Amino acid sequence: MITDAIIANSPALLVMIPLIAAFACPFIGRISPAVRNIWVVGAMVLTAAMALLLAGEVFSSGTVVYTFGASAPGMSVPPDSGGIPVRIVFTVDAMSALMQIIGAITGLSIVLYSIAGDRRHTGLESYYTLYLLMIAGVMGMVSTGDLFNFFVFLEILSISSAGLIAYRIDRGVAVEAAVKYFVLSTIGAMVILVAIGIFYGEYDALNIAVIASRMQFTLLDQVALVLMIAALGMKCGAVPMHFWTPDAYSMAPSSITAMLVVASQASLYGLFRVVFTLYNVTLNAATVGWIIIVLGVLSMVVGVTMAIPQKDVKRLMAYHAISQTGYMLLGVGVGLAVLGNQSLLDAFGYVAMEGGIFHIINHAMYKGLLFLTAGAIFYRIGTRNLNRMGGLGHNMKYTMVFFVIGALAIAGIPPFNGFASKLMIYESVFMFNPILSIIAMVVSILTLASFVKVFHSIFMGPRLPEYADVKEAPAPMLIGMGILAAVVVLFGLFPGVVVDHLIEPAAQALVNQGAYISAVMGGA
Amino acid sequence: MKMSKIVRTGANILYPLVLIFGLYIVLHGHLTPGGGFQGGAVIATGVVLVIVANSYEAVTGMLQKVVFKAQESIGLLLFIGVAAIAITLGLPFFYNFLANSGSIFGLSVPFGPNHGDLNTAGLIPIMNIAVGIEVWGGLTVIILSMLSGLDRKEA
Amino acid sequence: MLVFGTIPYLVIVALAVIGLATVALKRNLIKIFLGITIFESAINLFLVSLGYRDGAVAPIFTDAPSTEMVMATPQALTLTSIVIGVATTALLLSFAVLIWKHYGTVDTDKIRRLKE
Repeated sequence: MITDAIIANSPALLVMIPLIAAFACPFIGRISPAVRNIWVVGAMVLTAAMALLLAGEVFSSGTVVYTFGASAPGMSVPPDSGGIPVRIVFTVDAMSALMQIIGAITGLSIVLYSIAGDRRHTGLESYYTLYLLMIAGVMGMVSTGDLFNFFVFLEILSISSAGLIAYRIDRGVAVEAAVKYFVLSTIGAMVILVAIGIFYGEYDALNIAVIASRMQFTLLDQVALVLMIAALGMKCGAVPMHFWTPDAYSMAPSSITAMLVVASQASLYGLFRVVFTLYNVTLNAATVGWIIIVLGVLSMVVGVTMAIPQKDVKRLMAYHAISQTGYMLLGVGVGLAVLGNQSLLDAFGYVAMEGGIFHIINHAMYKGLLFLTAGAIFYRIGTRNLNRMGGLGHNMKYTMVFFVIGALAIAGIPPFNGFASKLMIYESVFMFNPILSIIAMVVSILTLASFVKVFHSIFMGPRLPEYADVKEAPAPMLIGMGILAAVVVLFGLFPGVVVDHLIEPAAQALVNQGAYISAVMGGA
Repeated sequence: MKMSKIVRTGANILYPLVLIFGLYIVLHGHLTPGGGFQGGAVIATGVVLVIVANSYEAVTGMLQKVVFKAQESIGLLLFIGVAAIAITLGLPFFYNFLANSGSIFGLSVPFGPNHGDLNTAGLIPIMNIAVGIEVWGGLTVIILSMLSGLDRKEA
Repeated sequence: MLVFGTIPYLVIVALAVIGLATVALKRNLIKIFLGITIFESAINLFLVSLGYRDGAVAPIFTDAPSTEMVMATPQALTLTSIVIGVATTALLLSFAVLIWKHYGTVDTDKIRRLKE
């Protein structure tokens, strides 16, 4: 009875629990640091439990619709409104559930890591308040079915992450990185608001399902599409708009960098939701698909070439994050380019989309793991410069193992998860256009070369005298990294199970616009 | 930098009037234009008027940042707590369970334009008050933080 | 009368261009933030002017003179956008105060330490 009520209200609880925990955190933090740590970890465990319960419900019985302020959760269309959903509706379909799982697992690992790793900072109750607000923002962004609500959660996410990037205020460089990130992010959010205004002015609705059912592809809609792709591409770090990514990722505390990766994936989810569910076959699928493919290829190539000469280990990993985002854009762009053509879609379109979507969850896991290992190294030796590190393999054995798992996963080596998603992308993109697939493979080889260099600089070589008494990272950090490493290995060993149960429903949910509309508007 | 006696006395007389006007805007948010954020911003402007007229050093004893931070958190918790009570009653989040019900703020409202009674609209005035308290605290914390972060080189 | 209807949109385009030009061309950090504020005002004006209907009154039910009212939803969207703008401006100005404390200047040419 109670569990039924909890599952029925889980879309709301998913956003409500981090918000209440964030608002009460300054009070709880006044008692003692240990109580605050327990409070934050407890809130994150509850949020992760809600996300997994909701995902289980969605994968077993279809799209869940939750209306805020109605007389019952499923009543999205009030009887006296004439067939229009008038309230804010959370529409959780399979793609949203997948992103919620990513947010839950990564958020939990990061908070466990952060209890030990950020212990030396002051002002920690503000840190955890902003971190819980980031979690609420990510969960809200991926669950909502209303465009303006998406904008509000996007702004909650970017304001709290800007505050967290500038967290180390004892030197000026972190604040400079945060200013760059926040100015670009604000302008991007304003451009999204212009696009939302265009949609409202044309179709008199803010609900995604209602706009999708009324969409005709007029000139104003094309303008809105360009604005949305540009702004959401800026938020996820695609290439012509990527200049904030290296600075922000390297200057933030390492746990926040791992969460910023998840935030970028949530913006990527927003891009796919707009292009697939809002427009679907009304747009010129070949042209828009090729635009996304070009963005993806540019990101892959520019990311990996700028990463090779870097000396700061987190800046190098940030450029690799840009490069991996290119893979996701490539996979889903190929799926979009063949969207109107059912036979090509069945031949390789679905596999390309599944590869791109599988790469989203894989990337969040192994990139988060890599940033957390970089943070553990910085915690123990106080520098991020590759020229000054060396011989740490003697002292930090567990960290070295986690780094090796992450590096092999990002390069796409077989028993890890990167190989599974990259293989799906290579095969399907090869059938679409062979040159793109060859570019993707060359980028993967350069990624492997770059990480071999990093591994050699940090861990190999003789034991250096100034690092003679460096110990292993503390236990909570190892537990946090261990959760992500376990997911990387498991997804690599059983990719078929993951694709059948998680990824394929997500790809079907993105392509099938009719099911989304009828879930919200009740079969109209 | 201290202002002259006329400015200080004028600000100290004006501040209660600004406070009452701001609270009026907050409380009547469901009847007239206004509501939580607008009223809270007016009240916070009154606080800034007091800080600017008397110099910042003179008011740090009276207006402490911790009190306003606590006020901000109380306002936020009141807002989301009231919205969450609906879940314990078995209704969706944010359901207006006080409107047209007869208890606080629960008078029933006729359809269409009417003369507007303060005792109506259920959860909405309570949420307006919560947001008003929160914005008052939040904006004052922002001003106090910025002022305390600057070095005072001149007298 | 057709020209009168498009005056808000001309003002919006002018304000947006001024705002974006300020962000792109000025070197003082405070002026860049003011450019963002101008751009935000243009967007808020755009949202409010979407709801206009000819000959209608404000959407307030208390003692309303007529029942033909302008659309109320864009006004709620604009209010939310203004609140987000206040939070954004407060955070940006706090960053400016911090940068001034560390470097003694707010000129973007002189505070750049992160290159390549």
